Amino acid sequence: MKEKKEVLWKLFISNLYLSAFTFGGGYVIVSLMKKKFVDELHWIEEQEMLDLIAIAQSSPGAIAVNGAIVVGYKLAGIVGVFISILATILPPFVFLSVISFFYTAFSQNMIIQLLLKGMQAGVGAVICSVVFDMGKGIIHSRNVSSILIMIISFCITYFLNINVIFVVITCILIGILRVLYSFKGGKKI
Amino acid sequence: MIYLQLFLSFLQIGMFSFGGGYAAMPFIQDQVVNLHHWLSLSEFTDLITISQMTPGPIAVNSATFVGLKIAGFLGAVVATLGCILPSCFIVSILAYIYRKYHKLTMLQTILASLRPAVVAMIASAGVSILVSCFWPKGFSFSLSDIHLSSIFIFIIAFVLLHYKKINPILVMVFSGFLEVIFYYGAKLFL
Repeated sequence: MKEKKEVLWKLFISNLYLSAFTFGGGYVIVSLMKKKFVDELHWIEEQEMLDLIAIAQSSPGAIAVNGAIVVGYKLAGIVGVFISILATILPPFVFLSVISFFYTAFSQNMIIQLLLKGMQAGVGAVICSVVFDMGKGIIHSRNVSSILIMIISFCITYFLNINVIFVVITCILIGILRVLYSFKGGKKI
Repeated sequence: MIYLQLFLSFLQIGMFSFGGGYAAMPFIQDQVVNLHHWLSLSEFTDLITISQMTPGPIAVNSATFVGLKIAGFLGAVVATLGCILPSCFIVSILAYIYRKYHKLTMLQTILASLRPAVVAMIASAGVSILVSCFWPKGFSFSLSDIHLSSIFIFIIAFVLLHYKKINPILVMVFSGFLEVIFYYGAKLFL
């Protein structure tokens, strides 16, 4: 019982902390979650984390909230879901309530603008580091179709700006085709 | 019943915005500006700016902002609840299915096709952030358009994160301070 309480507490604090410092959208928080729960706490494996992220981004709603839900569910069931959601929405709720009162002063402050600009470069580095780890796993698998899917998906989302949901659906269809093919006695592709 | 209206409106935003972040923006604008006139267009632009400068998802931020403005604290709570409720159900159900069946070979094959795409999409978000950070005036081949201090900060942050394994949030905050130091340092010495 004590252990469960500890997991919940750690889950709450981790999500609160990640949410409070995550500037710049869903993929940033997802990258940070990977660093926290996979690399630091070792509560989730890397492959599984990728699956959870896939669930988070193919469902409707904010990726940060969805990410918190899947991680919470994985670690502590429905109670974990509520704890995670609360921790994730509390910081933006407080920040926004406070900032909407003195927005002009805030947005024109030089130091705040510089801080944000610098943090943007830091955020880019966090995402790059996570992509390096995960991309390395895929390339080392030496599975040609996985590598192709990775490259093509990148081009489609980055250069063509196509909504990620279509990429997700297409990949699921490719997966289903692979399943059907293996049923027909073909080799695994 | 303004609370109910807020709740239903943000419920729709939560239910139909796929792809997160900026994909949700036009949808929020449609509900909040065009349909219900809760915000003017310029207030909406302010909201987007605030969202970019504060942590948290854009949908949750707009729920708080609009709710507060229209119906006070309770309005903010109701709107936020509305926008996360669909996620709660849909994602929990998917997570349950995943936990129950993820060991099946069939689902493993499908997930194996999905994983590389997930990495690609994270990479794509990362590249977008870096391009807008290195070329604040838009991409060009001219050296003078490159924001040099950002590139420098990026390299330091990457080394700290990837090779020294320093806590990412510390690295992000440190990156912010580096930019402040560079700016005022350059002013002092150049």
